[in-house]
Amino acid sequence: MLIFVLRRLALSVAIVAIAVVLLNAMLHLVPGDPTVMILGPRATPELIERTREAMGLDRPFYIQTLTFFGNLLRGDMGVDVFTGRSVASIVFSQLPYTLTLIAASIVWSAALGIVIGCYSAFRRGSWIDLSAGVLSVSTISVPSFVMALYGLLIFAVGLRWFPAVGAGTGFWGQAHYLVLPAFAIGISWVGYIARVVRASMLEILGANHVRMARAFGLTERRIVFSYALKIAVLPAVTLIGTGVVHLFSAAVFAEVIFSRPGIGALIVNAVNERNYPIVLGCILVTTIVIVLATLVSDLVNAWLDPRIREAL
Amino acid sequence: MSLAPTTSSSPKSGRPSSWRSGWRRLAADRLGFFGFVLVALFIVAAILAPWIAPYSPTQIMVGPRLAPPSWEHWLGTDQIGRDLLSRVLLGGRVALTVAFATIAAALTIGFALGLAAGFGPAWLDNILVLLFDAVRSFPTIVFGLAVVTLLGPGLSTVVLVVSVTSIPIYARIVRTQTQALRHADYVDAERAMGAGIFRILFVHILPNVVGPLVVLASMDVPLVIATEAGLSFLGLGVRPPMASWGTILNDGYTFIRNSPWPVIAGSIPIVLVTLGFTFFGEALRDIFDPRLRRDV
Repeated sequence: MLIFVLRRLALSVAIVAIAVVLLNAMLHLVPGDPTVMILGPRATPELIERTREAMGLDRPFYIQTLTFFGNLLRGDMGVDVFTGRSVASIVFSQLPYTLTLIAASIVWSAALGIVIGCYSAFRRGSWIDLSAGVLSVSTISVPSFVMALYGLLIFAVGLRWFPAVGAGTGFWGQAHYLVLPAFAIGISWVGYIARVVRASMLEILGANHVRMARAFGLTERRIVFSYALKIAVLPAVTLIGTGVVHLFSAAVFAEVIFSRPGIGALIVNAVNERNYPIVLGCILVTTIVIVLATLVSDLVNAWLDPRIREAL
Repeated sequence: MSLAPTTSSSPKSGRPSSWRSGWRRLAADRLGFFGFVLVALFIVAAILAPWIAPYSPTQIMVGPRLAPPSWEHWLGTDQIGRDLLSRVLLGGRVALTVAFATIAAALTIGFALGLAAGFGPAWLDNILVLLFDAVRSFPTIVFGLAVVTLLGPGLSTVVLVVSVTSIPIYARIVRTQTQALRHADYVDAERAMGAGIFRILFVHILPNVVGPLVVLASMDVPLVIATEAGLSFLGLGVRPPMASWGTILNDGYTFIRNSPWPVIAGSIPIVLVTLGFTFFGEALRDIFDPRLRRDV
């Protein structure tokens, strides 16, 4: 188990390291002076000089990257070239908004998806199963920003049930502002999770240990809740773990469309201002969060499934 | 099931027994056939767009501003009086171009890298797999934003971003298949008879990966189209006044309090095309390679 965790941790660090190298390499690969590329039309000779020095762009690529990596280990991701504020503090001030949004989206969609998936597995072929099947394929393929736009159009602009702009204050205020964006991000996950849970539930209900439990005369309720369900949600856990990448992409749109604060809104603004240090900081932080999420989902899998635990 | 050999005993199980039987099965799958019709309509409309569009997509004030659908303007008009139907049709051309270009690029490069990983030495395999994992742990949109910051927005940037992020999907499946086959008995036998690496690649490996690759590509199209529209929506893809479904949505978003029609006009084609490719892709998967069912 320990070796497994260590190996996964090493992989996670390697992925972040590759991200750092890639993002810095891109600066040097682009033809022209990278400093001018970063600053764009607003570059003044003085600003160019300051940025070049601050980011170490006057030094060779490998030294610059190594320096960046060393600073990163100390939690230093450089400074915003325009305001001089630390990139880390800017990014971390926005991160909680995005994480809350992603957590809210995944919690409601996982809860509903697991219920629908289990129901579809028990009542295979019923009209609920069939319509859930078609609906999940449909919602999976519709991009989340289209969902977000319709949410905004119908429930915020049309019916005025929910606010269209901002993040709210206080617990209930924030929850109220979360409804539409979390709906837009989560809706396709309901279908995804329902499909995966249905498939694994069907497989488990036919498995030997469940047949034996039935032969022993255990009630169906007991079998489902104490044996089958735990295993049946495993693929959903993996799916969510690997899907955090897509959740972040979806969050970018939800934040822009509902004018919410967060990493997505921050990075889009930074791109429009051509503020590469901020872009770089946002990407690194999201990559780290994503890598951690994958790690956690692997560990949860091992914790829920004795077969995986044994194999470690 | 009896029409196409699907068992692993046949080395070329990825292919249907014939195109005709595949077609018959597609026609029998109602949802898949519906998807096929949507996909065909999309491709025909995108190719014919310049000739069937009723107005110029960039000509302003061909009608009133933000008008609802009417006989003159079937999908209404946008904030500067451009005809939305014409813009949607031309936007379809952009979507088709991006989808075709990125999938061709990602397939080719992914195929080559997958072969290198599956056929090459172990250290190369390890490095490539690590790279695939790293690329897959960037959110496409976020990675796209980094590239756009440096290269500036535009159609070619979109193609670059989406191809790079799709390469690992193709490379992984080619790698898995190659590894499974490189020590198959009949490949060993062929090698013992003195066959070169290219003969093994083209006669044995290629036919086995074509099926899964076609299926993956058809399922990848909706993602590619959604990413193009998404980047253009954020103002980081296609440049105005060129029409893309994303830029139509962006205009619609800006004026959402004045008129719902631009948002509706921009989203309908995205929804129909992604649905079409998804249904079609699922049907193709059932026909070509039922084994993939568990992975996707």
